[in-house]
Amino acid sequence: MTAANTKPHINKTHLHFLLKQMVRIRRFEEKCAELYMQEKIRGFLHLYIGEEAVAVGVMKVLQEDDAVVATYREHGHALAKGLSMDEVMAEMFGKVTGSSRGRGGSMHIFDASKRFYGGNAIVAGALPMAVGLALADKMQNRNRVTVCFFGEGAAAEGEFHESLNLAKLWSLPVLFVCENNLYAMGTALSISESEQHIFKKAQSYGLAAVEVDGMNVVDVEAAAQKCCTAIRQGEGPHLIECHTYRFRGHSMFDTQLYRSPEEVSTWQQKGPILQLKQWLEHNGKLDEVEWQQIEVEVQQEIEQAVAFAEQSEFEPASELCRDVYLESA
Amino acid sequence: MNHTEQLTYREAMREAIREAMQQDPSVFLMGEDVGHYGGCYAVSKGLLQEFGESRIVDTPLSESGFVGAGIGAAMGGMRPIVEVMTVNFSLLALDQIVNNAATLRHMSGGQLGVPLVIRMATGSGKQLAAQHSHSLENWYAHVPGIKVLAPATIADARYMLAMALVDPDPVLIFEHVMLYNRKEAVPKADDCPAMDQAVVRQQGSDITLVSYGGSLFKTLAAAEALTEQKISAEVIDLRSLRPLDTQTLFSSVNKTHRLLVVDEGWRTGSLAGEICALVAEHCFWALDAPPQRVCSQEVPIPYPKHLEIAATPQVEHIVTTAKQIVYR
Repeated sequence: MTAANTKPHINKTHLHFLLKQMVRIRRFEEKCAELYMQEKIRGFLHLYIGEEAVAVGVMKVLQEDDAVVATYREHGHALAKGLSMDEVMAEMFGKVTGSSRGRGGSMHIFDASKRFYGGNAIVAGALPMAVGLALADKMQNRNRVTVCFFGEGAAAEGEFHESLNLAKLWSLPVLFVCENNLYAMGTALSISESEQHIFKKAQSYGLAAVEVDGMNVVDVEAAAQKCCTAIRQGEGPHLIECHTYRFRGHSMFDTQLYRSPEEVSTWQQKGPILQLKQWLEHNGKLDEVEWQQIEVEVQQEIEQAVAFAEQSEFEPASELCRDVYLESA
Repeated sequence: MNHTEQLTYREAMREAIREAMQQDPSVFLMGEDVGHYGGCYAVSKGLLQEFGESRIVDTPLSESGFVGAGIGAAMGGMRPIVEVMTVNFSLLALDQIVNNAATLRHMSGGQLGVPLVIRMATGSGKQLAAQHSHSLENWYAHVPGIKVLAPATIADARYMLAMALVDPDPVLIFEHVMLYNRKEAVPKADDCPAMDQAVVRQQGSDITLVSYGGSLFKTLAAAEALTEQKISAEVIDLRSLRPLDTQTLFSSVNKTHRLLVVDEGWRTGSLAGEICALVAEHCFWALDAPPQRVCSQEVPIPYPKHLEIAATPQVEHIVTTAKQIVYR
């Protein structure tokens, strides 16, 4: 890991923060998988395990009033954006204390106060919305960034192309972050795209676009920092293609016939948490006591979140039809 | 504006947009050819010169993209009016309207709202053939989370937009292509009923004729023909297709005991079918005859004039069917 050389402000505290954020997401989702088997969590559950560096690296450079628009694989983004683990876990349980009153579940986590706009489960469907949020900022002369996360599968959808074109045409403050994990569900990028470099598609629309190692949180942060600074200076939309990999199946119903265990194992060896942890240890910046402290604190946070979700109430069915229109609230 | 002034439907709609933009700086108009071209149906003609490119925004041909951008901008504090050139093209934005605009308030647990107005032309009558003649209002009226309006009169063209813009939820406005050139005196705004109310356009006692949008004036013409034949028809203009003003509908049917619905949508799965079902459920014991429908025939709308006429509801169909219902 050489990125520390190109990011002089990176210090031990900073790296420990990034590591802990990634561990929070990893352990939270491992717990979710367990709770899924216990049927406490139902519906679709898409785990972000393996891809944590992307959300954590990007979110580190955002300000509180920057907006985030994410996909149905968004638990990590929600936690990294500052949503409490309690409200996210309660949402997984479908409880009224959840971030979306339990109405959304795993795929639809929202928090307006944190400017976290989902949790969107139609591939590429949220990109135009991100363009609109940025358009509103530009029209109202607010200097904020809207970050839109999506997978490489979205690049095959028309809405991806329409959105990049609009964003550049109107010079909007959007950062598009492509989480290229190589598979759209089970369809490999190699059998779905004529041009497999997503960042090049963005360049063809005139966006400043780069690719980074999405398993390296510091690289992701550095790229995001550069892009967001440019966006805040009025340089229009940017795109970062993060090369990453999901270690688990697409959802909980995936026999993974489309890839080999060897391939998964190769990627696991360069996993974002493992990579950062080893680098810190190698450079004498993380000892066993410090690592255990991170694990223990995260474990406590998760236990508290599960207890909170367990103890929370389900919304009474008598309230079924609320929140369809404002007057039905 | 002098309230006795005559305006076309097109001018009334333009006046409504102009007024909204003058009153609220967060209102802007966005869509294909709304600016330099002046609007496909010339509704926005001259507005670019008046308000400039930042508020009259020409978009590329990206229905999903710019409708979605309208949704995002609405969530970001703006009050966008998005013009989708016609309902036919709105199918390219169906994902944004149904999956995003209609759901965001609910799936966010009430945290978000999408105060967006989407206007589009609808209907047949100009020999534009199968891909430019749809009446798919009922597809949208099927979906909870959005509201659907069909202004037919000049007064509604003039005043419903303002009501849609203050609504905190997404509102779709359908403008029938055959109405744009109609001309009438515009009454005062105070005389315009709330946007979710149906209006009795003609009082009657023998049969209730329900209609909306482009079919309203055919229905009124049919009612006039029926009057000459001593049949007193009551004509209801729905105005709002979602929500439906069932109170006005039921009280009329309870008075006349007979129902005919006129709807340019195809019969199968039509809004007319929904209205008949509602009346059957709620007014069954008041009915003296089975409710009936005059809808479009089950065929893509053809190009030749005589076939287009044959495919869609016409005054004589309405008159004949109404006479059957009243057994005359």
